Amino acid sequence: MKVKQISVFLENKSGRLAQVAKLLGEHGINIRALSIADTSDFGILRLIVNAPEKASQVLKTANFTLSETEIIVVQVPDHPGGLAEILEIMENSQVNIEYMYAFVGRTSEGAIVVFRVEQLDLAIEILAKAGIRLLDGAEVYD
Amino acid sequence: MWNPEIETLPRRELETLQTIRLRETVERLYQRVSFYRQKFEAAGIKPEMIKSIKDIERLPFTTKSDLRDNYPFGLFAVSQEEVVRVHASSGTTGKMTVVGYTKNDIASWAEVMARTLGCGGVTKRDLVQIAYGYGLFTGGLGMHYGVERVGATVIPISGGNTKRQLQIMMDFKATVLACTPSYALYLAEGALEEEIRIEELPLRVGFFGAEPWSNKMRQEIERKLGIKALDIYGLSEIIGPGVASECLVQEGLHICEDHFIVEVINPETGAVLPAGEKGELVFTCITKEALPLIRYRTRDISLIYSGLCSCGRTHQRMHRVMGRTDDMLIIRGVNVFPSQIESVLLEIGETEPHYQLIVDREGNLDDLEIWVEVSERIFSDEVKKLEELGTKIRREILSTLGVTAKVKLVEPKTIPRSEGKAKRIVDRREVYQS
Repeated sequence: MKVKQISVFLENKSGRLAQVAKLLGEHGINIRALSIADTSDFGILRLIVNAPEKASQVLKTANFTLSETEIIVVQVPDHPGGLAEILEIMENSQVNIEYMYAFVGRTSEGAIVVFRVEQLDLAIEILAKAGIRLLDGAEVYD
Repeated sequence: MWNPEIETLPRRELETLQTIRLRETVERLYQRVSFYRQKFEAAGIKPEMIKSIKDIERLPFTTKSDLRDNYPFGLFAVSQEEVVRVHASSGTTGKMTVVGYTKNDIASWAEVMARTLGCGGVTKRDLVQIAYGYGLFTGGLGMHYGVERVGATVIPISGGNTKRQLQIMMDFKATVLACTPSYALYLAEGALEEEIRIEELPLRVGFFGAEPWSNKMRQEIERKLGIKALDIYGLSEIIGPGVASECLVQEGLHICEDHFIVEVINPETGAVLPAGEKGELVFTCITKEALPLIRYRTRDISLIYSGLCSCGRTHQRMHRVMGRTDDMLIIRGVNVFPSQIESVLLEIGETEPHYQLIVDREGNLDDLEIWVEVSERIFSDEVKKLEELGTKIRREILSTLGVTAKVKLVEPKTIPRSEGKAKRIVDRREVYQS
């Protein structure tokens, strides 16, 4: 249930994001989800792609600093309070969320949200127990 | 002139005095400091072999690393009971360079500083605002004792707090200012903001040192503050400020040659260069008791003027410092070696860091920016952690070096490399331009 995410260090200057996108495109890598966290000096680009290993290799060769992290991808019930429900489950079990972002999946069974948490296994266990659907790698990458 | 008898001593008599004092110093070091005895013996030197001033060339050099290797008091030639003061400056790595003074050394220091002040015509009627830092740094206290020796009034305000500096300068009617040249310009700027016409205040002369500056900057200081701006030179290893000072002729800095023997050498071969040739300044202390260094290599590049100055002083003049033989930077009066910054980064990243120091002068104050390439080792995909990294580097630099720096995290391979080696320093201040 753990999904691989690639985080890339980007300096805050024009054209950097475009370069990453172009590099991945040239190598036939498809971006499934992304988010950027930024400050005035730098940004961190977080990517979920269809071929994580290949993407890492391509970016490393181009001298980008990156790290691979594991995240969980949750299908959030598509009704008001859906996200609150999931957050409450995590809070009750004291799972710390480092960051999260949403992305639009190709299926329309609800909103899909990426969570980076401290206690990955615990989060998977409690969410599954609560009947929340987690997407596995294959589902996310394809 | 503070001490006309000595300051205008005919050259022959001055050289005789130097020879006697040099021989005494070598003899004393031979007896008292094992480091020097070993060095002299290795070079086959016996004190009695020093017969003329020219014989100094037979003596071995002393370097900053000798001071570091004998940290803190290993090179002292007197017992601790006789040491009445220590000062320290930054070393090339973690350890500071420590220097000591006996009661007589403090008196000699006051004497040479009084001559510096005399070079600018300072008398008991003056009020001297000392805006050099007080503390381990020799600037503040060195100047202080000189002013007291002259009998002028000391205003020991120390560095910083521009508003208060200006208020006191106005209210006390200070006539003399002593600080770093960049701080003088900073004060001028502050005065403008406070709508104080600083050029119309009683201030008439300033003694500026502890960092390199250009002639262009001198003109700017003189115009903006309405004063004569004099360049002074010194380093703690030799005594502190007071080693040399410009007189009002402003054509080179007179060296107190009855206390310090000056040489200019080729930094590569160690060969002594004739007057007029550019090289590394080397000083030998011939009156110091606690820490008399022999042929200390300053790493400062300068030259000795040939001929005498029209002011009447017979002591030789050195050119304002024209550069360094190493990569030391002086930032807001603080000596900074890139190696010190490297050690801080090493401790944090546990790996060889790629970094670059960008030094600039913004609004007359030095600005240090450290660019650090983000390697996988220090990268985190959480903004919070990366920001903490920047803060940590900044804090460590401040606590170990005593300078504030901006830290900028940059992508790998963005710092230009030449022949595989990164260019460590970009200094945009043009301080060594004449």
